[in-house]
Amino acid sequence: MHRTYVKVLEDVLDANGTIAAANRADFDRADVTAVNLMSAPGAGKTTLLERSLRWLEGVRVGVLEGDVASTLDADRIAHLHVPVVQIDTDPGFGGECHLDANMVRSALPSLPLDELDLLVIENVGNLVCPAEFRVGEHHRVMVSSVAEGEDKPLKYPLMFRACELVLVNKIDLLPHLDFDLDRYLQNLDAVHPGVERLLVSAKTGEGVEAWREWLVRAATREAVPA
Amino acid sequence: MHELSLASAIVDTVERHAEGRPVRAISLRVGALRQVVPESLEFYVEIVGRDTVCEGARLELEVVPALLACCGVEWEPPSFRCPRCGGGGKVVAGDEFMVESIDVGGRSTEPNRPKEDAACIART
Ligand SMILES: Nc1nc2c(ncn2[C@@H]2O[C@H](COP(=O)(O)OP(=O)(O)OP(=O)(O)O)[C@@H](O)[C@H]2O)c(=O)[nH]1
Ligand SMILES: [Mg+2]
Ligand SMILES: [Zn+2]
Repeated sequence: MHRTYVKVLEDVLDANGTIAAANRADFDRADVTAVNLMSAPGAGKTTLLERSLRWLEGVRVGVLEGDVASTLDADRIAHLHVPVVQIDTDPGFGGECHLDANMVRSALPSLPLDELDLLVIENVGNLVCPAEFRVGEHHRVMVSSVAEGEDKPLKYPLMFRACELVLVNKIDLLPHLDFDLDRYLQNLDAVHPGVERLLVSAKTGEGVEAWREWLVRAATREAVPA
Repeated sequence: MHELSLASAIVDTVERHAEGRPVRAISLRVGALRQVVPESLEFYVEIVGRDTVCEGARLELEVVPALLACCGVEWEPPSFRCPRCGGGGKVVAGDEFMVESIDVGGRSTEPNRPKEDAACIART
């Protein structure tokens, strides 16, 4: 049978990477630190942002809401009186399970980048796809709630390895759960040894100050411990 | 789980290289660390590829095993921790996701599967 091979040798995500680089250049030009916040659905991304973004020590913060299916999260953030833009790109085929660089790019003109120091991008709740698609962020942070079980790092190493900070959320629930925190942290270290982690509760506010400090350091471009 | 998103990226990549010629086969190298389920990827490439040059193309998928290295030793996951120093180690192999080549030599005669709803099932 006649076969005509064309060498391609191209990373499948190159096209996304090119657009991500353009976003990154825009962030850098405006001196904005971009943080991509990822998690499984309902881990507490929006609640944590509600808790932490008010009065962020002079840091001017904006939020890009990736929840493409509704404006619920954007409405919650709007109460904080910070600029919030909802990604309104018509999600491409299967696109509503994560943000990609192009979706973020299309939202940038709606954001006052020059007036911001920090942009938090709340990704779509999903423990897999967002880890594959960089959007031009400087930092990738994930929220992992104790309600999800200790085995999650082992089951979703891609996401746990992609981030540089893990916010272990909902620790107020620990007394009520059959969740072995030590085992969880061992599993975390097995897939991403030494990754920075903060134990937090968006509900009680425990640990949230450390997360706010992390954000301030990131926004002022102090070396964030990797 | 995220094979649908990746299938779109594959089809985009192939379309840019096929220059309008119908594609018989797509040769892919996928690292084990990418958490891809081959059957699922095949399924979605077929759906996303409809009405493109990829329609009916066969997926030739080579899974590259994961290998990590640190302190002069190499090891395989599940643990990513260096057995010597406990550090993170470097991924030597297993994180690739590359279209190696495509076969544009003539038309595929394989029948298509029936159209299915391709809503994202990737939410976990
Ligand atoms: N007990 C407890 N509940 C929490 C905490 N953080 C969030 N929740 C609850 O968890 C649910 C989901 O929180 P969200 O902040 O909407 O989660 P999300 O990650 O933004 O969800 P999606 O955007 O839909 O993926 C809500 O009912 C919150 O009140 C916490 O620290 N403790
Ligand atoms: Mg939310
Ligand atoms: Zn080592």
